Amino acid sequence: MRGLVAALFGPLRADAKADRIVPPSGVTGHLVVLAAAAMAFLAVFALALSLASGRLAERWGDELAQSATIRISAPAETRAAQTQTALRILETTAGVAFARALDMSEQQALLAPWFGDDLDLASLPVPQLIEIVQEDGGFDATGLRLRLEAEVPGAVLDDHAQWRAPLVEAAGRLKTLGTVSVVLLAGVMAAMVTLAANTALAANAQVIGVLRLVGASDSHIANAFVRRFTLRATAGAAGGCVIGLAAVLMLPRASDMGGFLTGLGFQGLQWFLPVLIPVIAGAVAFCATAWAARRVLREVA
Amino acid sequence: MIELNNVAYSYNGGALFSDVSVSLTPGSFHFLTGPSGAGKTTFLKLCYGALRPTAGSVEVFGGDLAGLARDDIADLRRRMGVVHQDCQFLDHLNVADNIALPLSVSGRSTEDVEAQEDLTELMAWVGLTHRADAYPPELSGGERQRAALARGVIMSPEVLIADEPTGNVDWEMSQRLLRLLVELNKMGKTVLIATHDLSLIRAAKTQVQARVLRIANNSIQLAGADL
Repeated sequence: MRGLVAALFGPLRADAKADRIVPPSGVTGHLVVLAAAAMAFLAVFALALSLASGRLAERWGDELAQSATIRISAPAETRAAQTQTALRILETTAGVAFARALDMSEQQALLAPWFGDDLDLASLPVPQLIEIVQEDGGFDATGLRLRLEAEVPGAVLDDHAQWRAPLVEAAGRLKTLGTVSVVLLAGVMAAMVTLAANTALAANAQVIGVLRLVGASDSHIANAFVRRFTLRATAGAAGGCVIGLAAVLMLPRASDMGGFLTGLGFQGLQWFLPVLIPVIAGAVAFCATAWAARRVLREVA
Repeated sequence: MIELNNVAYSYNGGALFSDVSVSLTPGSFHFLTGPSGAGKTTFLKLCYGALRPTAGSVEVFGGDLAGLARDDIADLRRRMGVVHQDCQFLDHLNVADNIALPLSVSGRSTEDVEAQEDLTELMAWVGLTHRADAYPPELSGGERQRAALARGVIMSPEVLIADEPTGNVDWEMSQRLLRLLVELNKMGKTVLIATHDLSLIRAAKTQVQARVLRIANNSIQLAGADL
């Protein structure tokens, strides 16, 4: 186990003496830091988007699936009878946990946002609403619809599936997009660090030749470059991550009243996920530089 | 110390030399001479493992180079000092750090008192004490050669291989470098110097028992005492 740890982290052990063999690389070096910071900043948002849409999909899927509504549009004289019939049918329907007709004041409250508080419902042909709360397994909507059609001609069953399904699907797609973005960002960073490392190694062919001549082993040379690029990518990503998190913190919060909406951000333990971004950036830079260094060193006697 | 057995080397099909057998014994002083392009540098590279022979075998310190991995070659070079004609340095490190480079890449401390004393002594020996803080691009040709020589011997190698060490310097400086090489040989080091400068060889013969290997017509012969 200790051997494995040494093999993994050995190249990263601070070694100021060895690090000096790599010439300061000026602009290229700063570009690596900057690009890693930008990638990490974007990754924080992609991650936040992915997590938030995951929550949305879950919430819309779960909560709305639990409820359904029956709307009874019938002439005033038969409305009460039809409501009673509908409630009786619901009592005998498997999968319905609870059903009740909304009373006049509740219906008025529902319409208040559109028509104001002082509306007299009695003067309008407003349909009667029945709220249904389903059991976990749900009920057979098609079967219920057929029975209602036969016995309560004015009833329309709305199980919300029609408008819920595309929302859940959209949220799911967003989540996938967010995840793909995070993966792409990691890929772009790997490509960028590989390019930068290749450039640095090519520009330092003379340095590498001198080092081999005086007896430096391949790993000694490679490790100096690997350390330089891994530390830069990690530091850059950490900076970008902090700025990204600060920006997420400044986004408006999801209000508790907002029902099924959710804030674009992290919740609870999810705040620890962005910490992984600099770690992954470092790991990607480590592998990319090690690979580039081995390839260049093979060419030097 | 270094033994070439029936070695051949060819570039892109053209044989540079073939069937070369040479043995350098410990403590010997050899010159390698021949016209430009005859393969002096190639011969030296075969000796320190930068090139592999196309036929035959090269043995250094009793081991065949053919069987060595890259890390073994690195270890081998810590036991040999190599000085090139166009000596190259790490231009972002000063002269003292460049001379101490073989110590640091082999994981030895360059900070302790003993290492610092060795370095100071070595810099005084090659006459670069006053240039310790200069950077390689600021050095003259002679200073570069002496710095490269100091870097070549800081690990106290058993063999010193130098390729045209006096190629870029005036006569007086070449005499100074030669004296340093002779001193090294007197300390028991094996020395192999490639040069086309016959007057340097004549001058050396007055100070040390030097043997001359001559590359000509695709082979290497031990030249007679007369030059």
